[in-house]
Amino acid sequence: MKAHVYVTLKRTVLDPQGQAIHNALKKMQYAEIEDIRQGKYFVLTLGDSLDAVAAKNEVERIAREVLTNPVIEEFTFHLEDGE
Amino acid sequence: MKFGVLVFPGSNCDHDTYNVISELAKQPVTLLWHDSSDLENCDAILVPGGFAYGDYLRTGAIARFSPVMQSVKKFADAGGPVLGICNGFQILCESGLLPGALMRNAGLKYICKQVYLRSETLDSPFTNQLTRGEVLKVPIGHMEGNYFCDDETLKTLQRNDRIAFRYATPEGEITPQANPNGSLDNIAGILSEGRNVLGMMPHPDRSSEQMLGSADGFKIFQSLVGTLAAAGR
Repeated sequence: MKAHVYVTLKRTVLDPQGQAIHNALKKMQYAEIEDIRQGKYFVLTLGDSLDAVAAKNEVERIAREVLTNPVIEEFTFHLEDGE
Repeated sequence: MKFGVLVFPGSNCDHDTYNVISELAKQPVTLLWHDSSDLENCDAILVPGGFAYGDYLRTGAIARFSPVMQSVKKFADAGGPVLGICNGFQILCESGLLPGALMRNAGLKYICKQVYLRSETLDSPFTNQLTRGEVLKVPIGHMEGNYFCDDETLKTLQRNDRIAFRYATPEGEITPQANPNGSLDNIAGILSEGRNVLGMMPHPDRSSEQMLGSADGFKIFQSLVGTLAAAGR
């Protein structure tokens, strides 16, 4: 099983990198893009011994305690079954 | 008294900091490797600048889990003085010894230059030999020095006199122009609730002798030496 974890800055935190990309897109005439937030993406490969519920709990805990700094960041994740 | 300077893979101001204590303050000092949890009976811990663990994941994020930091947490919780400089400040924030976080500079550039700090409180082991409002000339050198915390934390820091240094003009005025990195409220350094932990982005270790352009930073080390001496250490 694989877990895909996405970490971004909180909505309330200024993201200057996302803004710089957004400004570049506007100059390139991509007028329909309203906002960009830059983040990080992690892929965790989990051992077979974990069932879906245990995997969810484990990944959530790792994301909260290690992969994000809760002062400035938030995360979402999903699990992917099979090979 | 005995000082301990932490050394992580990627620390690069460990010897600068060591040199200040051994050659200028002329006090016993030892280097403490990250992989050991033994603080060797040190009376003060200095967390130096650099790029601990390559700044992988986030600055200070991996260093936080090292064996030595578990001991430093216990040491700080028991009231022991801990000074984190630059990457050391980032590590202390990640470790939860200080509130808030250090984000990428507002201008997204690495900044290396002399800045001016206004001393905001004398009530700490690190600042008690300064005068209130004293302006110190101290260099910064960082990519992630943009201090951030939520409103409630900021109010707590302000109310409890826990902001140690703020970026200022050479005359000591707090202005947006004097803020090099976008830090909230021009914050350059903060104290823990117990006032025994100080984290600051500017480098007193790089401004402790006139040859380096300023000796103002040495007053912070002198304060700490004086505090330990007064406590019979």
